[in-house]
Amino acid sequence: MTPDRADRADGAPLPVVLTLSESELAGDAAALDAAWRDRPGLWGWLTAVDHKSIGRRYIITAFLMFLAGGIEAALMRAQLARPENTLLGPDRYNQIFTTHGTTMMFLFAVPMMTAMGLYFVPLMVGARTVAFPRLNAFGYWTYVVGVVFLYVSLFANTGPDAGWFAYVPLSGPQYSPGHRVDVWAQVVTFTEIAALCAAVNVIVTVFKMRAPGMSLNRIPLFVWAQLVVAFMIVFAMPAVATGSTLMLATDRAVNMHWFNPAEGGDALLWQHMFWFFGHPEVYIIFLPALGMITPIVETFCRRPVFGYTAIVMANITTAFFAFGLWVHHMFATPIPELGESLFTAASMVIAIPTGVQIFCWIATMWLGRARLTVPMLFVLGFIFTFVNGGITGVMLASVAFDKQAHDTFFVVAHLHYVLLGGGVMPLFGAFYFWFPKVTGRILNATLGKVHFWLFLIGVNVTFFPMHILGLEGMPRRVYTYLAPTGWGPLNLVASIGAVTIALSVLVFLINAIRSWTHGEPAGENPWDSSGLEWAVPSPPPSYNFLHSPVVRSRHPLWDTDVELPVVTGLRTDRKEVLITSTFDAMPDSRHSSPEPSIWPAYLALCMGVVFIGSIFSPYYVLGGLGLSMIGLFGWGWQSSKRIESELVAVPNGAMVERA
Amino acid sequence: MHSIFAPVSPQAIAVTHLWWWMFGVGAFIWVLVTVLALWAVRARSGAREVDALMHVAPAAHHRAERVVSGSIFVTVLILAGFLAYDFSVGRALATHPAQALTIQVTGHQWWWDAIYEDSNPSKQVETANEIHVPVGEPVQLKLVAADVIHSFWAPNLNGKRDLIPGYASTLWFRADTAGIYRGQCAEFCGLQHAKMAFYIIAEPRAKFMAWLAAASTPPAPPTDSGLMAGRRVFMSSGCALCHTIGGTDARATIGPGLTHFKSRATLAAGTLANTRANLTRWIRDPNAIKPGVHMPAIPLSDAQLNSLVSYLETLK
Repeated sequence: MTPDRADRADGAPLPVVLTLSESELAGDAAALDAAWRDRPGLWGWLTAVDHKSIGRRYIITAFLMFLAGGIEAALMRAQLARPENTLLGPDRYNQIFTTHGTTMMFLFAVPMMTAMGLYFVPLMVGARTVAFPRLNAFGYWTYVVGVVFLYVSLFANTGPDAGWFAYVPLSGPQYSPGHRVDVWAQVVTFTEIAALCAAVNVIVTVFKMRAPGMSLNRIPLFVWAQLVVAFMIVFAMPAVATGSTLMLATDRAVNMHWFNPAEGGDALLWQHMFWFFGHPEVYIIFLPALGMITPIVETFCRRPVFGYTAIVMANITTAFFAFGLWVHHMFATPIPELGESLFTAASMVIAIPTGVQIFCWIATMWLGRARLTVPMLFVLGFIFTFVNGGITGVMLASVAFDKQAHDTFFVVAHLHYVLLGGGVMPLFGAFYFWFPKVTGRILNATLGKVHFWLFLIGVNVTFFPMHILGLEGMPRRVYTYLAPTGWGPLNLVASIGAVTIALSVLVFLINAIRSWTHGEPAGENPWDSSGLEWAVPSPPPSYNFLHSPVVRSRHPLWDTDVELPVVTGLRTDRKEVLITSTFDAMPDSRHSSPEPSIWPAYLALCMGVVFIGSIFSPYYVLGGLGLSMIGLFGWGWQSSKRIESELVAVPNGAMVERA
Repeated sequence: MHSIFAPVSPQAIAVTHLWWWMFGVGAFIWVLVTVLALWAVRARSGAREVDALMHVAPAAHHRAERVVSGSIFVTVLILAGFLAYDFSVGRALATHPAQALTIQVTGHQWWWDAIYEDSNPSKQVETANEIHVPVGEPVQLKLVAADVIHSFWAPNLNGKRDLIPGYASTLWFRADTAGIYRGQCAEFCGLQHAKMAFYIIAEPRAKFMAWLAAASTPPAPPTDSGLMAGRRVFMSSGCALCHTIGGTDARATIGPGLTHFKSRATLAAGTLANTRANLTRWIRDPNAIKPGVHMPAIPLSDAQLNSLVSYLETLK
């Protein structure tokens, strides 16, 4: 792990570098903005394809889902605060805990992490937009359909009630009549589609649209994490899509008996299909969060991260092993014991790459001069909270111990330490770090510190007692418990912790709303950070970069010898993006980028008709697919009108303007 | 009374030892990493001047390299230790006894049925929610699910095992200390997952054999006219459509068997103490105590209810 050559500004040969006069720049800016900006008004809002508009909406919607899931959590904690409480009956409680899990996993965590990628990846790799802007919009609208569907159902008292894992046969037609579980199965479908759209977009954007000179070994670590996770989504989502959308839905709608043992089906098969997705899901949330930590640590320690290559490898290793752990959710089922030991070993091995990353950050802090800003505090909070969750994770990998702790509050404690510590802590740090870029204003640091401490204390007060509750025999997913069990006092402590978390989030909300309008203006690069996203104004203009930047190191803004070099040659009068080669990011060709379009929103609505309608009648599926044909024609028609500028290959790296 | 911290079987004791060992090492690592991180931040944050960006002295870098690689090496060693210990415990737990008292436990929404196997079918004993076992002898449970997935878990005796429709699984333990051990369904199974408890009553062999003998003889039919009226209510009002009472025509197996109902300490799968008042409350409106329960509230006059309860109270 010696400092890599890519750390220094003497790497690969440079493309043509130009320096432009001020007037040239100003003229270009006006023309570019006219070409790139979304249209005004409601129609413009519906037809938007700018990755920043979509990304911002995505982040805000996902954050609203975090609040909704949080309110559900608060209701559960209120119900469990004392034994035999009657605030929520079992029916309502089951809907709420199912909706909490479904919301947090499918409508908050995964969309939030992909949304952060969709907003920041193009800025970080120096691109004008994502590879498929309309697909991006389609993914967002599909997700919104899922959000609306779940919450309308919940308020109509048809919220899903078989758990976010929807184990058959409880979720099957016999034990869950009505439409509650159908709602779950289709909400999951919308998230799957949205996540796949985002994943494809991220993969192609990272591989083909990086700024010239940003070879693979110079890709920012947040982008690496997003790339790895995009591949994970591509492999994980089909398993749950097959399980829920195909098998569970047809079991329920037309009695396919996939999971019915009485007709030759297999109830355990569902668990395999669900967890083959469900475990990688955790890392789909966790790896991007780790990716957010690196730039924060680098910036506030003013050092390039220690062990860049090790961290990239750790990401890839984690992704690989994440697919070999799913059976540790099933240790209590009758599966062969010898097979279980493989999954024990894999579950322990995956702790190593995560350890590598944490040690690398600690080394970076030690080598640098840390400033304890709010994002840095959240990084430290992450280490404290997440390491606890990681250690209980290793404990749960042990089959013998897991058979005691499985499906108890011990696991509830573990998973919240991991997801709040490993997912939400870095995310809040990232909010403080990148809020200035998105809004142009800095979040108030004092309120930020209040937020941090309340959150750190709240998380630990809420979830630490749950370890003990679980070992004292309290199972998960119970709507109440009897007084003689003795679980009352620790449950009360946990509920008080939940109030603290709620307060901390309230402080953050107030801070975000106030700072958005009244915060201190940020300028381009308030933290003196090194990534390309800090080279553009805050908030970034519609076209992101006036000229495509040229990257000569992993820390383009820390190369002090010259101003950030650029390449020119992209048209300014219409949307054009620069395509570069996959490995070395040498300029390859120009490609047009689509205009605003209503068809993504329209097609998402059609998908809504197909999947929501499928619950009630197969004719809705036919109708919805018929309607979507119109959208597909519209989409394709726009594309064919657009591609009149042929691709221009540029063999020697210089850009050629061709009208 | 319901905790992994008070294990009474060799199985649970082995796991609790494993737990304390992992807890010790884990807590140490947690503190160590946290302190390390805080130290890394504090060690240098005193210097406020912005030093040359990117600059890392080669010596410092090499030292960091050694520390990081060393930490990773130690991590791998610790994990290997965990793994070896876990495998050894797993091996011990996986060794089944050659011979054991075998009880078939069936999970229902939301109660437990237990059948003591005997080569002579007429000697099979069936009970619900309270399982008597002899102290110091291996007991094997055959676990099956009647409807959805349940999970059998008595933490003082052994880890949990899922009951999955279409699969048969087994679990065994040896209770070395006499006592009453609570357990509860651990897999979400619908509305009353929370109130699906059971008790394992470990007692000395003589006492256990006495219980078994009593359990295999049906109670004497009532002679008192009031109790006979109670039995008529049971037979004619719908109770007999779901419940069994040995020695009578009531042989349905949808709900828990009531042959020796009064010998049990609890009602409604460990939810209420088995007292006359609770029983009356339970029969009058089961839904008020376990909302969603499959047992319906049957409209009975106070006199009918009273005689029914009196009759059930005699089923010792």
